[in-house]
Amino acid sequence: MQLTDLNIDDALPEREHTPTNVSLFLYNAAVWNAHRIHYDEPYTTTVEQHPGVVIDGPLQGDWLAQCVTNWMGDDGTLEQFQYSNRRATYLGETLQSGGRVTAIDAVTKQVSVELWIKNKDGEVTSPGAATVRLDG
Amino acid sequence: MTDLLSDEHRAWIGHEDEPVHIEVSRNEIIKYSIATEQRQEKHLNGDEAPLMFVFNLLSIPQQIEDLHPDGLPKSRNKGIDLPLKRVMAGGTDITQHRPIRPGDRLTGITTIKDLYEKDGRQGPLIFTVRELHVVDAQGKPVFTETQTSIAR
Repeated sequence: MQLTDLNIDDALPEREHTPTNVSLFLYNAAVWNAHRIHYDEPYTTTVEQHPGVVIDGPLQGDWLAQCVTNWMGDDGTLEQFQYSNRRATYLGETLQSGGRVTAIDAVTKQVSVELWIKNKDGEVTSPGAATVRLDG
Repeated sequence: MTDLLSDEHRAWIGHEDEPVHIEVSRNEIIKYSIATEQRQEKHLNGDEAPLMFVFNLLSIPQQIEDLHPDGLPKSRNKGIDLPLKRVMAGGTDITQHRPIRPGDRLTGITTIKDLYEKDGRQGPLIFTVRELHVVDAQGKPVFTETQTSIAR
C-alpha cells in the first residue's frame, strides 16, 4: 500500500464477527477474565440483568484494531488506537467491523482512519479511531 | 445528577500503583491470537502480539478466593470502594511505540487519572480512568494505555 494510492473516504475492508460460547470462553481465558457476564447466562440475566451473555468490549476493540492492521498489512505501523464501548452486545448477535480513511498527511506519512463496530440494525456499538504511519 | 463520589473517593485521583513486572511468552501470544481470530501469520505463530494483546496483560493473577462471586478480582479497584459494583470495560486509548514480542520483559505502572460520574440511560454510572505506562527491560517505552472502566 502506498500513500499516493489512498484517498479520503476510502473504505477499510468490512468483516463479520459472530462470537460463540467457545470463542468467548477462549478469549476470556486468554485475557484472564473470570467475569461471569461473559459465560454464565443464568447469572448474567438474573443477577446483572443483561438480556444475554455479554460480548467483551475489549474483544470488539481487538476487531477494530484488526480492521486497521489487516488493511495495511506490513506496509505501515499502527501508532495510535482508541475505541469506546457505547452499547452492550450479546451472544447470538452478528457484528460488523469497518472503517474509512479520514485524513492523509503526505509530510508525516500518517493516515487517520475512523472505525466502527455495527450491529445488525446498523447502530454503532463501538466507535474507534487510529493513526498509522505508512512506510512507502 | 447524582452525587455518589465523596472527597475520599476523589482523593484516589493521582494514586500510582506499585510497578508490575511480566515476561511475555510465545504461547500467550498464540492463544490470544487464536481466540481473537487473527488473520496474520506473525500473530498466529506468536512472533508478534496483536495490539489489543495489552488488555489485562499487566494485571496480577488473583487466587480464586480473592475473586468476588461475579468473577472479578476483589482488588480490581485497588482499595477504592465505589458505591456501584457492576463493572464493565468502557474503552481504551493506546499509543504504541513498538510491538510486543515473545521474551519481552515488561514493567508497567498504573496511575488513576480520573474518577467521575454521569447519568446513564439506565441510571448513574461511575467512570474510572487509569493510565498504564509500560517500558521494556532497557527502560524504553513500549506502549501507553488509557483505560476507562464503568461501574453501574
